[in-house]
Amino acid sequence: MLLALKKVGEVQKMLNEKDKVFQNLHGFQEPFIEGALKRGSWSNTKEILSKDQNDIIELVKSSQLRGRGGAGFSTGLKWSFMPKNTGKQHYLVVNADESEPGTCKDREIIRNDPHTLVEGCLIASYAIQATKCYIYIRGEYHHEYVQLEKAIEEAYERGFIGKNACGSGFDFDLYVHRGAGAYICGEETALLESLEGKKGQPRLKPPFPAGVGLYGMPTTINNVESIAVVPTILRRGPDWFKSIGAENNTGTKIFCISGNVNKPCTIEEEMGIPLKELVEKHCDGVEGGWDNLKAIVPGGSSTPMLPKNICESVLMNFDDLKANGSGLGTAGVIVVNKNNDITEVIERFAHFYKHESCGQCTPCREGTGWMHRMMQRLVRGEISPEQIELLENVTKQVEGHTICALGDAAAWPIQGLIKNFKSELISKYNKKLKAS
Amino acid sequence: MSGNHPGLSNNFSRSGEKFSWSKDNLRSIKNIISKYPKGREQSAVMPLLYLAQEQNNNWISIECIETIAETLNMPKIRVTEVASFYSMYNTRPVGENLIQICRTSPCWLRGSNKITKTICKETRCEINDTSDDNKFTVVEVECLGACSNGPMIQINNDFFEDLDEESTKKIIDNIKEGKPNVIGSQKGRRSSENA
Repeated sequence: MLLALKKVGEVQKMLNEKDKVFQNLHGFQEPFIEGALKRGSWSNTKEILSKDQNDIIELVKSSQLRGRGGAGFSTGLKWSFMPKNTGKQHYLVVNADESEPGTCKDREIIRNDPHTLVEGCLIASYAIQATKCYIYIRGEYHHEYVQLEKAIEEAYERGFIGKNACGSGFDFDLYVHRGAGAYICGEETALLESLEGKKGQPRLKPPFPAGVGLYGMPTTINNVESIAVVPTILRRGPDWFKSIGAENNTGTKIFCISGNVNKPCTIEEEMGIPLKELVEKHCDGVEGGWDNLKAIVPGGSSTPMLPKNICESVLMNFDDLKANGSGLGTAGVIVVNKNNDITEVIERFAHFYKHESCGQCTPCREGTGWMHRMMQRLVRGEISPEQIELLENVTKQVEGHTICALGDAAAWPIQGLIKNFKSELISKYNKKLKAS
Repeated sequence: MSGNHPGLSNNFSRSGEKFSWSKDNLRSIKNIISKYPKGREQSAVMPLLYLAQEQNNNWISIECIETIAETLNMPKIRVTEVASFYSMYNTRPVGENLIQICRTSPCWLRGSNKITKTICKETRCEINDTSDDNKFTVVEVECLGACSNGPMIQINNDFFEDLDEESTKKIIDNIKEGKPNVIGSQKGRRSSENA
């Protein structure tokens, strides 16, 4: 086992310190303006803003940056969907409603390196001709909200944002809006509803936000990490970004590892680092050793779990995880060892989705509750092989039949469980049957 | 989830006292409304619910809703809808320290059940209860977004992370004795670095 690990280690070098975008991810340096200036934020923003807006979009496109919020859509391409010179108010909305179980990366950016985000907001807004930007931060992140507000205040004081931002002639205002404990507001159109002062219930698409978004105006919604890496990409160039990772899976990525590892942590690494290396090198391994590993949820609660044999070799990037039946999602890696009941892990996810369903679409509103009740019985070993099939069937009736992806997100973890551990679920039932 | 969760009940109640904005809050409201475009004052409903909750001993009464509706020129039902949709608006009174225990899988895998037990024992509260001396309200909540630092809890605005039974008890003891607590990691981590 050890030998195999070394081999992986030889192929993949650890990400060079100087290639990390977030130099203060863990907050050992000053998080605010003095520290940010030392780390290179705001150093030549004016020069960046002197570029043509389309050129900036092209540069981001060519860096192959893919959205860090879960879907992995090309950030530059998304920006290019914004209409040009409409005479309307355009908006950039930054999604900082980080609520996907397993995910805690944006929190570290916001509290420890907030100027990367503030500067990113300015540059991205300029590129899509938005003079106003809202950052929607989850309500529970109160401390992070205070840090962010302070960083914004500093940026205003220094003339980095506001009227004639950085002396570029571009006027730009940045506001923070706090959520109040609703996972669904991480869905982009629910977020817009929430920003407009309504219940966070997703909108039907089309129209897409780029056409009809916040207050009916052209709007782009991006994840915190996607926006915060943009200044560094433009400073160091798309080729530098592309030199890290692999084709179409470029750059660095923040991974959050939680659950049964010896040292859970949040770490910026090369996109595509082997999952095993991430766990062994950065988290000092699985509790009880690698052989005690049961399964890993690689990208936040919505992504289907991977059994141990796939964890041995899978790479942590969009395409490799997809090819292995899961996804990178938000890169929230949840490790489960054999000391815990894997069905209860999924039962708790099912409880989460039931709790967070907005209630708008019937398959999700009713389905999440039903699936959770079935999962509770599954934990107790009370559902028969036929009922396991029924459960799987119902997950497929929820999946793809709702306005937003919450229904899918509730279905996938259960499908992943059944796919990988069906025989175990059946023997659980048989054991229970015998006992009674 | 249980209808007794203070943030998830649709049973709003009256406090019996008139709710009017404090002077400081009137100033804040002006500032908040200016963040949103003219004619879009409704966007300020969430921040105003926070302000009202803060001024009203950490809960939203029907009187708060009426005042917000008046301030923003919104129908009361629209404010009520928002207040009941989001779990962070408490629709009934809560204790001085609202303890929210994360119960979702990443924290559970690291022993959140033990933390819940310890808290219930030390505060003498069941889940969704408020202690007799009104010092504590205890609730279980879904993922709070500090997964690399689980198990964790939130007390009012503060996160307490990397908990075990001992450190959890210490936090509750400190609150009881009026002593300050260290916020964040209870194992001496700066944030979520490998340590």
